[in-house]
Parts: sequence; structure tokens; C-alpha cells
Amino acid sequence: MIRTPLRPLARILLARDKGENPDAIERENIRLRHEQMRDRARRRAEGRLLVLGVMFFCGFALIGGRMGVLAQSEPSEPRASAAGAEILAQRADIVDRHGRILATNFDTHSLYAQPQQMIEPERAARALAEIFPDLDEARLVRDFTGKRKFLWIKKVISPEQQQQVHDIGEPGLLFGPREMRLYPNGNLAAHVLGGAGFGREGVHAAEVIGVAGIEKYFDERLRDPAYGARPLELSLDLTVQAATEHVLAGGMSIMNAKGAAAVLMDVHTGEIIAIASLPDFDPNDRPRPLTSGDAADSPLFNRAVQGVYELGSTFKIFAIAQAIELGLVDENTIIDTSGPMRVGGFPIGEFHNKNYGKLSTSDIIVKSSNRGTGRIALQIGPERQQTFLKSLGLFEPTPLEIIEASGGKPLLPKRWTDLSAVTISYGHGLSSSPLHLAAGYAAIANGGRMIAPTLLRRDAPQEGTRVMSESTAAAARRMLRRVVSSGTASFGEVPGYAVGGKTGTADKPKPQGGYYDDKVIATFAAVFPAHDPRYVLVVTLDEPTETSGDKPRRTAGWTAVPVAAEIITRVAPLLGLRPSVEPAQLTGITLTSN
Amino acid sequence: MRSLFYVLSALAVIALAYWAYHENYRTQHVQSQADRLEEQIALARQRLRVLNAEWAYLNRPSRLRELAEINFERLGLMPLQPYQFGRIDQVAFPPADQPLIFDNPIDVSDQEQDP
Repeated sequence: MIRTPLRPLARILLARDKGENPDAIERENIRLRHEQMRDRARRRAEGRLLVLGVMFFCGFALIGGRMGVLAQSEPSEPRASAAGAEILAQRADIVDRHGRILATNFDTHSLYAQPQQMIEPERAARALAEIFPDLDEARLVRDFTGKRKFLWIKKVISPEQQQQVHDIGEPGLLFGPREMRLYPNGNLAAHVLGGAGFGREGVHAAEVIGVAGIEKYFDERLRDPAYGARPLELSLDLTVQAATEHVLAGGMSIMNAKGAAAVLMDVHTGEIIAIASLPDFDPNDRPRPLTSGDAADSPLFNRAVQGVYELGSTFKIFAIAQAIELGLVDENTIIDTSGPMRVGGFPIGEFHNKNYGKLSTSDIIVKSSNRGTGRIALQIGPERQQTFLKSLGLFEPTPLEIIEASGGKPLLPKRWTDLSAVTISYGHGLSSSPLHLAAGYAAIANGGRMIAPTLLRRDAPQEGTRVMSESTAAAARRMLRRVVSSGTASFGEVPGYAVGGKTGTADKPKPQGGYYDDKVIATFAAVFPAHDPRYVLVVTLDEPTETSGDKPRRTAGWTAVPVAAEIITRVAPLLGLRPSVEPAQLTGITLTSN
Repeated sequence: MRSLFYVLSALAVIALAYWAYHENYRTQHVQSQADRLEEQIALARQRLRVLNAEWAYLNRPSRLRELAEINFERLGLMPLQPYQFGRIDQVAFPPADQPLIFDNPIDVSDQEQDP
């Protein structure tokens, strides 16, 4: 660019010749130069403004575009890493102590209808009624042709049924995925497992919630995703449970009983290995609770846990054990059991009005003398008896991990008089469940520690509170062994397993008061092997009658004991219990009877 | 000198950007691969669950008992009895030169597609 001089000599000289002021030329040139500078600066500023404007436009366009994209797109979680698919099912499996499945989940479908999409509602209703015989065709037609926009037809259908419904070819019939609870073993351990049903339901999914038993008790735990795929391990043994239920069902029908219960419990860990209550039900298709009549007649009723019965002479060992513990008697103390005996105005009699005369403490248990136990109970006194029975857990519902356990609260006398003390010592006047009895016998069997029965697998023995000394428990076990080897439970002998136990036959109370003459609860509480106890078995039969003799026999020795012996024969080998030779009793420790 | 510095830093930026994008794409690829595998694992697990349930159903004690009764003539299976316990010295030691060989394992978990 050629820079114009401010005072060009030619024009200055010319101006001087004309007599003009040459400074005007300089000012004129300065003005022109300033104008040029101003124009240049303006162009540059305009250019910058334009660039800035374009930049701002781009910025706003970018933000606006991004907002539009965000508003349009489906939201998705940002991922930091590819995590493993831990949540497999809505509900954890339930397995037995060896990992065999007791309850699992099964993917299936539900069937629903949207009638406004239907083409041939009548034909669809007819075809559906053919596939599902329990559906009412007329009602389906009414629903399909009415005003309804949506209805459930079946909550759960099998893959075969799904295919059949598919083959109808009706666009208004739709399937939703469903996870259902499956109990592959059917009726097995039905009362423990309880059952499951659907909670909140949608088309795409439904909550599976436990409705009874351990499913309800551990509902939170089973549904908690934090536990992932870890199954709930129970203490039950599938094989032992099956054998117990099978033998018990056979025994129940042979003895013409209307119900039966059995509890098999590990005496050191408190684990319930098998618990059965008959009649039972299929948890896959849980029956409805009875709306009228006695709840105990429903198959849903768990006789082993909920059923509180007067368990009869099985309670005698508690009174005797406490008397030995208190030092009132020992095994050989002679007690006069002859009558008559009246307490609080009521006569205390023996079975079949027998009179045993003078008996040793041990023989009171062996012969099951009511008066002998009653006299010992009077020596103990009601207060001490209450304290002892309370320490055996007979005042509270059992802490078993099923929702029904809290319903098995023992029935206690309102006032604990001397008469109560005497009748309770031989098992009348206090009602408890067979499970309570099993826990009490476990304390005798394991050397005097009270343990809580549990349905969860444990690896270590429970360190329960001590309720009696080792020597008392050992003496009680020797008496129990003698009941089987030479007493009322002679049918309970199983070679190699040294069964010890106590029978109990209690008349059933009438609802209107008093007792039935021909209805009993027969119970046998057993400990085996008696010299080194591992398990406690309690078998209870409801209204058994043994009819092989010339007149019907109802005592536990004829009814519950043979069933229990058969259960032990079947179950002990399954538990890995090797038959062993019982160590011989040293002479002088036990006095032979009379 | 200064222009050389500018050129070099520009090249460095380009190279780093290339590397970063390359890594990004590789990560995305691996993630989608992991997703696919996870999907397969989920399907396999679902099948496994069905198979486990079926196994448990087929091995339910009542069915095994019925099968043992139906096939009693051929198998002669009886409930376990106390006298059947043996001692370890009653069992013959297996001959050392005949180890058990499994040379044809079959994975059955993926043989049945979506039953």
C-alpha cells in the first residue's frame, strides 16, 4: 500500500504560489487518513462480530440439538463395567441339607384377553373351554362380548397349553411371562414349605410371595437380590423326610388314625431332620383354608407344630428328671404308688385301675405309674415345677422358622394348684405340640442342655442353657431305655439302635368339657441310640385304634410305638447311623424290678 | 522453531485423539460382546434351572419308590436296612491298573433349546 505523504511537496509549492495555507492540505490529508483507518477498523470489528455470532449460533445449535436428542432418546444407564448377571430369579431356591431342591422357580406364561381385539369371541371361548375344562364357556362368552377391555383367563399355564391356545389363532388372546414357584416333590414337607402365590400382578411380571410356612417366614430373605442365587438351606433331609412320611402314612392307616405327626430332631444341633403332619396337601396347589368347622380338620393344619395336645405320660420323665436333679429321689428310691390318692378332692387313678404297690423311681417310669409320678410332683411343688417346665420351653410357642409356629402356643392351667402339678406331671392339664416335646426330650438326650429346634442347616452344636446336670440326664436316659427294653414300649425295640422312650396315651378332651372314652392321642417320644443319643423322634397318632386283638386297643404301646419303631428302622440307616452293640449295664446301677 | 512446535503439538493432539477414539470403540465392542455373552449365560442358566427343576421332579421320592416297586422283579430294590452296613475291610481294593476313564464327556445343558 502506498502511504500518501501528509505534506506532498508539489501541492505545498502550488498552494504557496496561490497564497493558500499549506496547513489545510496537511489537515485534509490527516482527515482522509483517519477516515481510511476508521473504515478498516470497522470492517475488522464487523468481521469479528460475524465470527462471534457464528460461534454463538453454533454453540446454541449444539446445545439445542443435544437437548432435542436427549428428549427423543430412550434413557439408559451409563455403564462403568460389564457386571455379571447375578439376579437370576425373583426368589431364591429352597434346598435340603444335601442341596436337593425343595422349591424352585419355573418360567411359564399367564393367559389374558383383550376382547376388543377379538375376531371370533364365541369360537375362542368354546376352544378355551375345551383346553381348560375348569373354565365356564358361557361366562367366557359373556366376558368376551361385553364391555370389558381386559381380563385374566389363567394365571399360570403350561407350555403345552400355551401351544394349544396359540393354535386357536385368536389375536385377542395374549400371553404374559410369569415366574411360578414349583415344588417338585409334591406333598413332601408340604407343611414346612407352605406355598407361594402371586402378589401384585402386571401383564409383564408378577410378584411371587410366600403365603405360608417357611416361604412366608423367610419371604424377605428369599426375595432379597443381595443373596443372589444362594439358596436357602434347610436342615431337612429329603430322603429321611420321604421315608418318615411314607411310614407314618402307612402306620396311620393301619392304626385307623385320623391324623398323625412325627418330628425327628438332631439332639445336638437342634436341626429338624424330618417333620411330618398328616393329612397333608400339595403346596403347588394349596387348598383354601376351611371357612367353617374345626381348623384342625384341614390338611393345612400342621399337627406337629400348631397342634397342641395333652401328651400324656410322655411328660412323666420331666417330673422324675427334675426330682433327681433336686436330689429328692434317685433311680432306686422306693415310692409307694398304692391308692387311694386324692389331691384337691380329685382321685388320682392308674391305667385300668391297676395297683403297682411299692415301686422304685425307675419302675414308676417303666410301668408308667400316675400316682407315683404325682407323689413325686407333690414333693417338687408347683412353683419349682413351673420353673423347670418353663426352662424346657413348654410355656412359649416353639421358635421354629415357619409362620405357623407362633400359633402353637401351649395351653397352661390358669391357676397352678397342687392338683395341676400332679396332673401335669403325667401330662394332663398342659397341652403342647409334639415339637415342644421333641425339644424337651432333646435336652434329656444331649446331656441336659435346652436347644431351640431349627429348620436351618447348622454345622455346629447349639450351646443351649443347662436345665439339668449330665448325671440327671444320663439317669433319665437309662429309665427311658428300660421303658423300651422291659416296659410299656416293648414294640419299640429296634435291634442295633438301643431305642429309649416313653409312651403317652391321653384321652381327648371334648369341646364341651370332659374327656372322650374312646378317643385318645397316642404319643411315643423316643431317643436313639440311648447310650449315645443322636436323634429324638416323636410320633403322635390322633384317635388311633388297633383292632388285631379281640377288643380295640388304643394305648400308645400298641399304636404309636410300632410306627415309631418302623420309622427308626427305615430312617436310621439313611442317617448313616451304624447299628451298634449297646454297652452292658453295670450290675448295681440299675435295680431289677422288684 | 515456534512453528515446528505448533506442528508437532497439533500432530500429537491428532495422534492422541485417534488413540482415544480407537480405545473407545474397542471398549464398546468388548462391552457389546460381553452383553451377548451375558445374554447367552442367562439363557443357559434359565435352561439349567428348568433342567434342575425337571431333575428334581423326576427324582422325587414318590416316583422313585413307584419305579422301584414296578421294577422289583428285575432290580429287587428294598429299603435300606440296618444290617446292610459293611466295614471298609469288606470292600475289595480296586485294581490299580484299571483306572476309570471318561473320554467322551457330553455337555447336555445346551442340547435342548428352549423346551
